[in-house]
Formats: sequence, C-alpha cells, structure tokens
Amino acid sequence: MHLAALVVAVLILLPFAYMVSASVSPQSNLISRPPRWIPSHLDWERYRQILFGEGGAGSTFRAAMVNSTIVAVATVAISMAVGIFGAYAFARLDFRGRRPTLMVFLATYMLPQIALLIPMYLILNSLGLLDSRLGLILVDSSLIIPFTLWILSNYFLTVPVDLEDAARIDGCSRVGALFRVILPSAKPGIFAAIMFAFLLAWDEFMYALVFTSSNASKTIPVAISEFAGRYTTDFGLVAAGGILAALPPVLVAILFQRYVVSGMAAGAVKG
Amino acid sequence: MAFWMLMPAALAVFGIIIYPVLRTLIISFFQVDSALATETPFVGLHNYTAVLTDPGFWATVARTLYFTIVSTGLELLLGLGLAALLNVDLRGRWLFRAIVVIPWAVPTIVNAAMWKGIFNAQYGALNGVLTQLGLLDEYKAWLGDPILALNAVVVADVWKTTPLVAFFLLAGLSSIPKDLYEAAKLDRASTWRTFRSITLPLLVPSIAIVLILRTVEAFKVFDLIYGMTRGGPANGTQTIAYYAYTTAFSDQEYGIGSAISYLIVLVILALSTIYLRLLRRSEMSLL
Repeated sequence: MHLAALVVAVLILLPFAYMVSASVSPQSNLISRPPRWIPSHLDWERYRQILFGEGGAGSTFRAAMVNSTIVAVATVAISMAVGIFGAYAFARLDFRGRRPTLMVFLATYMLPQIALLIPMYLILNSLGLLDSRLGLILVDSSLIIPFTLWILSNYFLTVPVDLEDAARIDGCSRVGALFRVILPSAKPGIFAAIMFAFLLAWDEFMYALVFTSSNASKTIPVAISEFAGRYTTDFGLVAAGGILAALPPVLVAILFQRYVVSGMAAGAVKG
Repeated sequence: MAFWMLMPAALAVFGIIIYPVLRTLIISFFQVDSALATETPFVGLHNYTAVLTDPGFWATVARTLYFTIVSTGLELLLGLGLAALLNVDLRGRWLFRAIVVIPWAVPTIVNAAMWKGIFNAQYGALNGVLTQLGLLDEYKAWLGDPILALNAVVVADVWKTTPLVAFFLLAGLSSIPKDLYEAAKLDRASTWRTFRSITLPLLVPSIAIVLILRTVEAFKVFDLIYGMTRGGPANGTQTIAYYAYTTAFSDQEYGIGSAISYLIVLVILALSTIYLRLLRRSEMSLL
C-alpha cells in the first residue's frame, strides 16, 4: 500500500516537476535531444524577468498578480458574507417557497458561463464597469455565491439546534446566535467554503478573458494565456509564470486540505 | 427575517444570473451582429434552425460527447482507486493528501500551458521520454493531429480532475459505518468480496452524483481548450462551449452564439434535474 501510494504520488507530481525543472533550465537544455531532465545549471533569469523586469512580460504579470489577489479576496469576502446569511435562512428558517428557491440557487451553479456572457458584457458596458476590477468582482461573485450558499447551508444543518436554542434562551438574538454559536461550530464548513471559493475565483477565466483588456484589471489566467501565446518558443518562461500563478491556490489547498473532504461531503453527498 | 437574510443572495442570483440568462434567451431570437447593436431584426427560430442544420455544429457535439464520456469515465475509474488509497491509514497520509490536492489547485490555464509544453512537437517531455525508452522513432506532433489532440486534452483534464473526483468519493467512503467492515472481517470475506458487497453498493449515491457533476463540467469545457489548442488543429478540439464563444466573440454572431449557448443550457438543465432527483433520494434533509 505504501508502495502504491508512492507510485501514485510520483505520477501525480511528474508533470508538475517537469514544469518546475523547465522554469530553471537554460534554454539550450530545453531544446536539446535527447532531452536533459536535470538542468545543467540553475537559471533564475526568467523569474528575475517576471518579478523584477521592466516593461513587457514582467509588468503585465505583476499587475495581473495584484488584480487576481484583489478580485479573489473581494469575491470570497462578498460570497461568504452573502452566503452565510442566505445559508442560515435555508438551514433554520421555514418560509414559503423555500424549496423552489433552493433549487434555483443550486441550478444556477451548474449553468454554463457562456450563457451569461453576452448580456453581462452589455450590463457591464452600460455601467462603465468593463475592464475594471469591480466589474469582475461582481460577475465572479455570481458564480461563487450559489456555491458558498450550498456548502454552508448543508454544514449549518449539522449544528444541533439545541445549542442555538440555549443561546437564545440566554438572550441571544437570532443573528447573535448565528455569530456566537453556529459560525464557531461550523468552522470546518466555513474553511472549506473559503478554500473552494478562493480556488474558483483564482481560476476563473472566461469572464476575465472577455471583460478585461488592460493591466488595470487583467487577471493571472488571462496574463498566462497571453504569455503562452506570445512566448511559444520559450516554454521555460511560460513555466516560470505558471508556477508563480499556481503558487497561491496550491498553498491554500495544501493548508486547507483537511477540510476538502468535509466540504465535499457537505456540498454534494453529505455523509 | 428569512426575507432580509436571503435578500443579498437573491439579488445577486437574480440580478447577475437569472436576468442575463433570460436576456440571452431573447438575444437568441434576434440577428445581432454587434454586442452593442441597438437595431436588431427579430428572426424567430432562425438562429436555432441555422445551428441545428449545420453539420459543423453536430461534429462539435460529437467531439464534446467524446471528451465528456472518455474523461468522466477515466476520472471515475482512477478516482475510485485513488479514493481507496486515500482511505487507508498510511504513514505520512498528510503528505500524500497534500500531494494529491496539487493538480486540482493548479489553475486550469496553467494546467493547459503545462500540458501544451509536455505534448510539444519540438521539445516536449512526452516525445523525449518515448524516444529515450525506444518506443518512438521520431518526435511526434501530438497537438498537430485532430484525434491525438483531442485525446491530449482528455489527458490534461484527467490529470487535473481525478484528485477532485477521488476526494468526492472519499467523502462517500468515510460515511460508510466501520462496523460493516468489522463484520465482514469476522466472516473472513475477501477484500474483493468486501468491496463488491459493502463498499460499492453504499458508494453508489456518491458515484452517481460525481458522474452527473463531472458530466456537466466536462460538457461545458472551455478554459482547457482555449489554453491548449484554441479548438485546433482543423477544429479537432472544438467543443460546444468553445464553438459558442468563437461564434459570438470572433465571428460577431451574437444571436447564433446565444442560440448555441441555449442548446447547452437545455442539456445541462436536463442533467441537473437528474442531479436534484438523486440528491433528494439520498435523503438530503434540505430538500
């Protein structure tokens, strides 16, 4: 079993390791036949060019990194705030039309983005929000709110109602009980939702591709795809950019990985 | 109370999702040659008949189905094995899980660029490995052939998504009561027998849900195609969402692009109805 796990881990890591190696290999290594798997010496030039270089690839990349961070963090914050209240309503309050509303929310998170693209373009254009981070935050939130709402409401259901009732007898308001009782007990669900939302927001490509055009709002996936189109002969440069772009979500996923399973259990199968 | 707590979510969902979806439906009945056009002739179902009678569209559908079925199938099979492995109490389990999570966290566009490099005709790692092992005489243009390219995209998708499927199934696995396995052990049931009569049947709801979710996702694949092949070569990797995108935004045929989008919506609506049914049957207390 340990051997099997080792083999699988190596298989999973190989493509990524190749990209890491390519990012620090001198160009002559990259095009040599037979291939040179271990770089003859470490060449950090591409990272220097991306992180500190003037103009071109470097400045676009750094602007995109800032844009992606702002857009992802703001989107996660909005989706969590909106999701927590909505999820509480679904999990604890009984109101007319609760089930159909829930169905609509769930169905929206399966809709193809392409079906929203054209009208969203028109709306953002008329609001003057094309090529702006705010516009992107708004449309990204629409993708992620149904998702956080769904995970969180399932998670809130697992918190015993008695705990909340006790708090209310002690004079807590509903909102007070939500913040003092439910949120602390649903911590794994909250962390799972934050992680999933961040990964989704960081990865979002189609909206960013169509709605952003300049360094003012272009995000990392768009910058990388342009990179890959422009520097087709320098895979090393694309690899270096790719690794830097993958770093934030990979770190978040590794840090939060123990909530992945519980988040998925709440999100779909509910164990 | 419920009203105020749901207001923000409802506003977001109706304002930024439902309204645009309906607007797309309306656009699909008009001839729209510019995103900002004001005068647009109503053409009824013309956009739909134009799409449905276009052999190019049906080729796109066939490609999308191939991609969906093959990638979802592979991800389910490999994901099952990986989930079983993740479920075992290994030493260094934390590390193993952390490694497994990586492909899923890598942004899709980065994944696309990575595999584009691996499959590259001049310097790609795949050509390098295969020639060094003596399995290939000369470098192959993997992304230069329509059929090879489509399968290359499948490989990239499988690498990224199998871990996600595995974690989904692991969530299902961890909900199976441990005493069932202890009982099986007492009966001296074989590993295969235990898997067949305990694990698999109890995992069926999770498998069904994973299948539907993955099918929906694969059916609307876009980023990976854009990043790896831009639909080429010779339209060999042009899937339906990519086709809708180029029709609307490159050919400036917004009406037809919207019609194609709506055909995708219809298929996905059908799939999500099945998903909702399954959820309800799996005794979700919410629904």
